[in-house]
Amino acid sequence: MLKNFEPNKIFLITSRAPKYVLFLFIIIISIGLIEALILSPEDYIQGHSVRIMYVHVPSAWIALGTFSTIAILSFLIIIFKIKSFILIAKSLAPAGLVFNIIALVTGSIWGKPTWGTWWAWDARITSMLILALFYIIYILAWRIYEDKEKIHKITAFIAILGVINVPIIKYSVDWWSTLHQPASVNIFSGTSIHSSMIIPLALMTAAFALFSIMIFLMKYNTELIKIKNKGLDRL
Amino acid sequence: MINEVISMNGYGIYVWSAFSFTLISFGVLYTVIKFQLVKEKNKFDAKYLTLTSDKKNTVRTQKTYKGILASNLVSKI
Repeated sequence: MLKNFEPNKIFLITSRAPKYVLFLFIIIISIGLIEALILSPEDYIQGHSVRIMYVHVPSAWIALGTFSTIAILSFLIIIFKIKSFILIAKSLAPAGLVFNIIALVTGSIWGKPTWGTWWAWDARITSMLILALFYIIYILAWRIYEDKEKIHKITAFIAILGVINVPIIKYSVDWWSTLHQPASVNIFSGTSIHSSMIIPLALMTAAFALFSIMIFLMKYNTELIKIKNKGLDRL
Repeated sequence: MINEVISMNGYGIYVWSAFSFTLISFGVLYTVIKFQLVKEKNKFDAKYLTLTSDKKNTVRTQKTYKGILASNLVSKI
């Protein structure tokens, strides 16, 4: 089954998929933006500032999910020496970093009307900042050590070390007293958000996920062509 | 109605800034990644055109190279 992930086998799919994903993304984000900015109700305490949730929360989820995926792939690369996962892990990082930055910046913008400050060194925000640093270190490591043999081990180590931070981010609001409210959406115990807010949140999450998939596919194709360019030199 | 959507009872500046930042970030990321992809494809085209016909035939028989050629400008020449 793992052979299906070999670059040679999936290039035909990955090279054609981005345009279809882009088309789907444009449709879903258009509906999502109308729902988030116009149709969804304002919060009885936070007023209209709650709409920032529709970009902040999906960004944070995708940044966390992407880094966790990179760490799982890195673990498989180290333990089972599955080399086809190296390119996948590397190609996931740029989208993850950008979503992490979006989560931090939109969180900061949301913080001003809600908490009265742009920034606070509370557990959730600080741990998200640390995750962004791990993303940056991971991407920089690929740039600095690109041609070195040990690059797979170095980047895998960074990802596995960084993923320790993920449960800290998730449970920081429960473990410490922070400015952040506890999680309102939980796939195991249900959600405390009204459906009129869940629908735009789900739509924006779907749109952001599609965008990250599209960026991943484009980056994956770029990396693969880069390798094949080196192959042409050797012919 | 439009004024209400723009001002959002004074929260408009925060909401629109957050959404604008997100969409601009998307635009920048897409442009950068697309630029890198086009650059690598052009590099591939340039290298492919300098190959001898024997080597071109070898390249055409390999699955991934065939895929790259199919999505590149050079295939249309």
